[in-house]
Amino acid sequence: MDVPLVIELTILVLAAFLGFEVISKVPTMLHTPLMSGANFIHGIVIVGAILVLGGAEDTFTKAIGFAALVLATANVVGGWFVTDRMLGMFKRRPEPPKDSDS
Amino acid sequence: MISDPDVVGLLYLVTIACFIVALKFLSSPRHARKGNWVGGAGMLVAIATTLLLEGLENWALMVVGLAIGTVVGLVGARTVRMTAMPQMVAIFNGVGGGAAALVALAEWHNAVELGSDETVSIVLSALIGSISFAGSAVAFAKLQELVSGRPIVFPGQNVVNVLVLLGAAALGVAAIAGAEDQWLLYGLIGLALAFGVMFVLPIGGADMPVVISLLNAFTGLAASATGFVLDSTVLIVSGMLVGAAGTLLTLLMAKAMNRSIANVLFGAFGQVQTAAVGGARADDGRTVRATSPEDVAVQLSFARKVIVAPGYGMAVAQAQHDVRQLADLLEERGVDVKYAIHPVAGRMPGHMNVLLAEANVPYTQLFEMDEINPEFPQTDVVLVIGANDVTNPAARHDTASPIYGMPILDVDKAASIVVMKRSMNPGFAGIDNELYLDPKTTMLFGDAKDSVLKLIAAVKAT
Repeated sequence: MDVPLVIELTILVLAAFLGFEVISKVPTMLHTPLMSGANFIHGIVIVGAILVLGGAEDTFTKAIGFAALVLATANVVGGWFVTDRMLGMFKRRPEPPKDSDS
Repeated sequence: MISDPDVVGLLYLVTIACFIVALKFLSSPRHARKGNWVGGAGMLVAIATTLLLEGLENWALMVVGLAIGTVVGLVGARTVRMTAMPQMVAIFNGVGGGAAALVALAEWHNAVELGSDETVSIVLSALIGSISFAGSAVAFAKLQELVSGRPIVFPGQNVVNVLVLLGAAALGVAAIAGAEDQWLLYGLIGLALAFGVMFVLPIGGADMPVVISLLNAFTGLAASATGFVLDSTVLIVSGMLVGAAGTLLTLLMAKAMNRSIANVLFGAFGQVQTAAVGGARADDGRTVRATSPEDVAVQLSFARKVIVAPGYGMAVAQAQHDVRQLADLLEERGVDVKYAIHPVAGRMPGHMNVLLAEANVPYTQLFEMDEINPEFPQTDVVLVIGANDVTNPAARHDTASPIYGMPILDVDKAASIVVMKRSMNPGFAGIDNELYLDPKTTMLFGDAKDSVLKLIAAVKAT
């Protein structure tokens, strides 16, 4: 996929605004789970790690790619389960807070 | 195998959509858990798509790497106690940053005739990823109390930090300008790691959540930069989403603590510490009064209204279940019991809600600071369990105090205050609490869980 730089930058800027917009009304008690959830999402760097390791030819690149893959996988798996555990604590809630649909 | 680039692009688009929905859901209490599942689904699509791309090699290493990472992540996430969650978030954030830096390093190593836009991306990814990795490691060590949670400062620190960062930037500029020495990037990563360590060391433990959130945004940006190197829109968008959302979240958290980002990063709680300690410990003859579980039990049993103000001490002692039992017991006797939750009680915003929810405390009894503060003057007894800085009246009036201006629970306005605490050691911010010298305050020393159990026994006997 060879995307022109200007298109990539356009996408980048739009994503930045979207990121701000999408979480603009978060209640305090969800700050920690949300941080943890965002933490999981940047585990997407695993895609980069797979590409590097999958295309590695010399030992150095293999080692680096392997280390990157281990770290990124830990980010993905750990990030998801920590978030799920935190949110699991909230599940038996008698009444949702007022602004739950925002 | 997927060979059609359009199919690949569409699958990655599914991932992007999932992540956006996930962030949206995660910011609403009703859908939060679903949000995490949607995000998980998106991640699986991205990983599967990438693994199915044509021409990948090194499958043995691939499988082993995925397996090791999965085991580490699973074991870490499943076995850690709820109180240690903030450290786990820090660590999982740090490894993400490390991965981004390593990807950049590999691309630099294999580069043939890089365009300047690619070099810029490699430099940014290596720089930001390394800072995030080292900074998160220090944040972890501080929260885990492997190193002191107090700010660590030395003379000329800011100058050294700036020099280190400038050095890293200079190497980056050299790389972008066309120098292709392998060592440039090693040097840059080394300096960035050093900067990450030194940038977090002087920050006090109480501000750590804000720092972790900021580093979280950093890792997002690093991931986004790797997207430019690898020409991958899914990385660019997802990384930037986290970068932007993380930045906003950082601002919101700092606002909840009434601290500006600049103050958190460069104010070093510690700088004013000496002055504050001198000020708070006025030698005017006021002393701390200790009490016994029996006395407190009588106070509680005959109170009309009791407010529990829990803090990290309760979390560490795993006393939340016993606290609920004590509250139930008091309610049976007609006492009105409420919980006052400071936005940053515990180690992170929302941390205390999570812990109390775990102990099945009814949501209707939990009150946020702004709701509960007007009720303290009509309250007979406030039970402060392992909370410290968030109850310090100095935040309201002592301009010399490092926590001046932070919103606090007005527990000192109640008729009497019982503080349950392990010892007279100062709290996380490293400052004394003048609440303890208040004539209305009595101290119940001991481990929070122990003390609460004794209280339960004593209330039953009353």
